[in-house]
Amino acid sequence: MSEPTVGDGAGLNRHPLDDFIRVDRFPHIWCSTCGLGTVLNAFITTVRDGDIPRQDIAVVSGIGCTGRSAGYVWLDSFHTTHGRALPFATGLKLANPKLKVVIISGDGDIAAIGGNHLIHAARRNMDLTLICVNNFNYAMTGGQFGPTTPRKARLTTAPFGSYEHPFNLPFLADSCGATYVARWTALHVRQMQTAFAEALHHKGFSFVEIISPCPTVYARRNQLGSGLDLLKYYHDNSVVRNGIDTRECDIGYQEEIIVGRFVVQEKLTYLETMHEHLAQALGAKYVPYPGPMDD
Amino acid sequence: MKYWRKPLGADEKKPPHGEVHVIFERCKGCGFCVAYCPRKVLDISTEFNRKGYHPPVVTHPERCVNCRLCEALCPEFAIWNTLDQPEEAVKE
Amino acid sequence: MSKPARGAVLTGAHYLDGDHAAAEGAIAAGCRFVAGYPITPSTEVAERIAERFPRIGGTFIQMEDELASIAAVLGAAWAGAKAMTVTSGPGFSLMMENLGLGIMTETPCVVIDVQRGGPSTGLPTLTGQQDMMQARWGSHGDYEIIALCPSSPQECFDLTVTSFNLSEQYRLPVLLMMDECVGHMTEKVIIPPADGIAVKGRRWYKGPKDTYRPYAPGPDGVPLMVRAGLDYRIHVTGLTHDERGYPVINADTQQKCVSRLVSKVRDNVDDIVMFEEDDDVRDGNAEVVVVAYGISARVATKAIADARRLGLKVGMLRLITAWPFPERKIAALAERVRLLVVPELNMGQMYREVQRAAAGRCRTALVPHCGGWVHNPDDILKAITGSAP
Repeated sequence: MSEPTVGDGAGLNRHPLDDFIRVDRFPHIWCSTCGLGTVLNAFITTVRDGDIPRQDIAVVSGIGCTGRSAGYVWLDSFHTTHGRALPFATGLKLANPKLKVVIISGDGDIAAIGGNHLIHAARRNMDLTLICVNNFNYAMTGGQFGPTTPRKARLTTAPFGSYEHPFNLPFLADSCGATYVARWTALHVRQMQTAFAEALHHKGFSFVEIISPCPTVYARRNQLGSGLDLLKYYHDNSVVRNGIDTRECDIGYQEEIIVGRFVVQEKLTYLETMHEHLAQALGAKYVPYPGPMDD
Repeated sequence: MKYWRKPLGADEKKPPHGEVHVIFERCKGCGFCVAYCPRKVLDISTEFNRKGYHPPVVTHPERCVNCRLCEALCPEFAIWNTLDQPEEAVKE
Repeated sequence: MSKPARGAVLTGAHYLDGDHAAAEGAIAAGCRFVAGYPITPSTEVAERIAERFPRIGGTFIQMEDELASIAAVLGAAWAGAKAMTVTSGPGFSLMMENLGLGIMTETPCVVIDVQRGGPSTGLPTLTGQQDMMQARWGSHGDYEIIALCPSSPQECFDLTVTSFNLSEQYRLPVLLMMDECVGHMTEKVIIPPADGIAVKGRRWYKGPKDTYRPYAPGPDGVPLMVRAGLDYRIHVTGLTHDERGYPVINADTQQKCVSRLVSKVRDNVDDIVMFEEDDDVRDGNAEVVVVAYGISARVATKAIADARRLGLKVGMLRLITAWPFPERKIAALAERVRLLVVPELNMGQMYREVQRAAAGRCRTALVPHCGGWVHNPDDILKAITGSAP
């Protein structure tokens, strides 16, 4: 790829992270006071300051506002179909186990249409890192409710308020077998960077939920102000509870948000159990997959 | 800065000093940096950029301690810090 | 891996059913990633792969559903593997969205559909040829696709290799439209030695990183590919994109993007289309031509033999590529023959294409059959002799 030019042309105006973002595609589409840029900032910082070779990192996303993240990172990135980022990432990882595959996708993409893939990727303890940005609605399509929308929140397909029980995503991931589970909000910038670094280095399925403000849709439709007001809500209502039982992590409408690193477990990954088992079953006849073809 | 007692080493050590850089045209006026700067270094500018947003202006540059919270919070990659004085130089 | 590893290819003469032969074909073609989901009558392909792969350095994973299977196949292709999935009608329907992603992102891979009676759950264990139009039009949006139809277990082997080769040549998912009969039929399959099998490697771009444009077409309309992990920092998206791979949402880019995807196949149709014709058909002696594919072609040979005994000048045109459809061949035939008979295990799918290409220059007759069993050759004979209604 040719060297991208800085969007505003002034040459001096070069941010230290510009080397890791597709500056020729900036300004990004996210609204003013949306938290997605902040999440991206934390992720990019983690990549830049970390020790994983840049070429080994691949980012896969689905459809939605969060799904646009793949288009902004200057790494091998894949913007796939709605809900199918996780199985695509599985294929990518299995066909080249050297890759560090990160999925950045939203609450609807991961837990609604992609729900089946979430539970199986977690069950298999597939060595992937999932950053699930939860803004409590389907923002890209104008603000419909989703599986994480708290009861009473008003959205376009729940004009009188949602009456569905929402998911508790850390509990869901934990119960399906994820071996690293954490939740932070977009305000917790340092903790996000740490969590992303831990998740990337964690062997197995890592699930990091980031609660993020959606000003134009979620906040506006519920008269909650701007993204800055939502950050204040996170500031005043988030409680750090590392190691808490993920059962306790429900989020009510504008209520307490439990954040922290909830689960860190050592467990054999999919590839490890596969190799171990097939080697045992076939002995010398087992020929492990050698990696991608190159010629 | 107000302390309830004088910190040990306050005579020998000083907090680092940082410089804030703003990429004026990138800003979308979210206000995160202004709201969360712990040293109240920034304010919303009265000027506006091409898109009509009001970027931050550094009103109290002397107060910046290079905590880099603004840099980490910014969704637009529009603000960052550089360290003015290397921290080691302060140790005696 | 442009040449299959010697030890992996099962050289020799075997008795295999079509499903097993297809699995061997994939292995011979260098496929080393399969993601699948069990569905009758395709499950045996995955079962054989599950057994063979650990001994030859392949990765098999049974995914949680067909949507996951095709998504994993696309991911594996982008990681640098030759990848395949297998399914039947209901699973084929589930795969349609991601098939579109494969087409839009120009991902080489193979999807095998071992057709059965439909619609819906239909006849899981019995044959049909009812997904033929779906192979062409199943995914939303405008595109061209390549679909092949084997008529024997030997062809299941051969055409699986061909499918992989075509997918690498033209950078798109290629469909192998088997049917339950051919899939579950056991016949002699000759597998040549590895160096006797023509296998096409991936068309890699090996040039400088900073001038690489992932979707800039070569002279044949096909862009060269890279894989993840080599610091090319590619962006691959299902959104309409420009040559850099970046989404550009406007009519101009749509025009460029879609018309290239379509031309990629249409402009190369002469190299892609394959069919088999009897001597009578080639030499212009036939007055009636039976246009058939898959298991129906095998059944039609009996009807043709019977018709010849009655003194009729009749021959077969067997479609090997159903898509792209051999329009020019049919149009040329329609000038010379009296009647084109199309027996198929559906209510008229490829028949419509034959009618369209013939454009009224000759009569056409459909011998439909809802599937569940093969045609009674007498019904095809009746259509040939003209005594069918």
